[in-house]
Amino acid sequence: MDIVEELLNHNKLALAKGITAVENEYDNAVEIMTKIYPRTGHAYVIGITGPPGAGKSTMTDKIAKEYSKRGFTVGIVAIDPTSPYSGGAILGDRIRMMDLTADEKIFVRSMATRGSLGGLSQKTGDAVKLMDAYGMDRIIVETVGVGQSEVDIVKTADTSMVVVIPGMGDDIQAIKAGILEIGDLFTINKADRDGTDKLNIEIEMMLELNPEYHGWRPPINRTIASKGIGIEAVVDSIEEHKKYLEESGKLAEIRKARTKSEVTAMLNDRVNRYIDEKVVNTKAFDEQIVKMQTREIEPYSVVDEIVAKVLK
Amino acid sequence: MAIKVLVAKPGLDGHDRGAKVVARALRDAGFEVIYTGIRLTPEQIAEAALQDDVQVVALSLLSGAHNTLFPKVVELLKAKGLNDVLVLGGGVIPDADIPGLKAAGIKEVFTPGTPTTAIVDCIKANVK
Repeated sequence: MDIVEELLNHNKLALAKGITAVENEYDNAVEIMTKIYPRTGHAYVIGITGPPGAGKSTMTDKIAKEYSKRGFTVGIVAIDPTSPYSGGAILGDRIRMMDLTADEKIFVRSMATRGSLGGLSQKTGDAVKLMDAYGMDRIIVETVGVGQSEVDIVKTADTSMVVVIPGMGDDIQAIKAGILEIGDLFTINKADRDGTDKLNIEIEMMLELNPEYHGWRPPINRTIASKGIGIEAVVDSIEEHKKYLEESGKLAEIRKARTKSEVTAMLNDRVNRYIDEKVVNTKAFDEQIVKMQTREIEPYSVVDEIVAKVLK
Repeated sequence: MAIKVLVAKPGLDGHDRGAKVVARALRDAGFEVIYTGIRLTPEQIAEAALQDDVQVVALSLLSGAHNTLFPKVVELLKAKGLNDVLVLGGGVIPDADIPGLKAAGIKEVFTPGTPTTAIVDCIKANVK
């Protein structure tokens, strides 16, 4: 099967195989990405993040259905953590999305973090590009359940939505740095629970105190995702944010910054691998490390020498 | 690279303890397990297997409908072009039914009392 040709032809199996090739860094991965790159840039990418148990998967399921109802095709990348001990993972986001398998317009892919710590997997960006080239209008990236500092989603998504639930802590949580700073949209899920009004006020206060907003004030929606309540308003808000970014020219800025950060990451990766091969995995380097243990040599000049020699 | 396994319960029984124990054991063996939950149709399972491009589909069933539902999953996987997916079955399945299930493309059937290591070993032996 010619993965690229078939993928561009809307063959779902080819899309699935393409993501596997990229995720596992098969020999054909670079060739696939090279060929599909010119066909990307059309999809609008929505990030959904929030703490474990906030309802991200259920929300993703319902948002995808609403988009489908409005005539859009939807790709979903749902990420769950890899065990640092066994290297295995249980990817359970799909449990909430099994209905979507019957919808021809929707494609769901589960991914494990495989060691990445920012809430995404290293290959999330490439999986998004493959779905983009396949022809998805909207791509939803659902992060792992995050704590306070896993904010990589903002580098991948055009619109980032933070899902929160009542009862997770007092208002000092809301003024800390971290995930609450990255929301273009906030959604209070499980909004039939006690504490919803209080949480709403706390987020409002946090937003009031933020001097950074130029033109876009993040809306706060309330949902009960398991019952599908409030989902239409969330999708409306996402589309309003999209319109705002397009009309203000900010979407172009965001995407330029994203390309720059992606290419920088690729360069760093290439340089790291080169250094591993030429320096770190050599006998000479091991010997130098041993000499450092007895303080015969010190690391700072060694690093200077290596950089001067290897990266000239 | 991590082997990907889809764990699913086709049909109408909701007894998922066994499937969850197996999912956990496979995770601890270093596999990436896509856990899809209970009360699924063969079509949902096959489509999820396609989208997640798994190497293994592990089916758990305690309702007695295995002779109908297991072969149906195999058939749908093939219809979707997934010809080299390893399909395993587990649950309360009479010995007399096992040869028929194997003939229908279920590589191995695990009945109550099986150590989870037997399932891990079977997957390792059959997936490159």
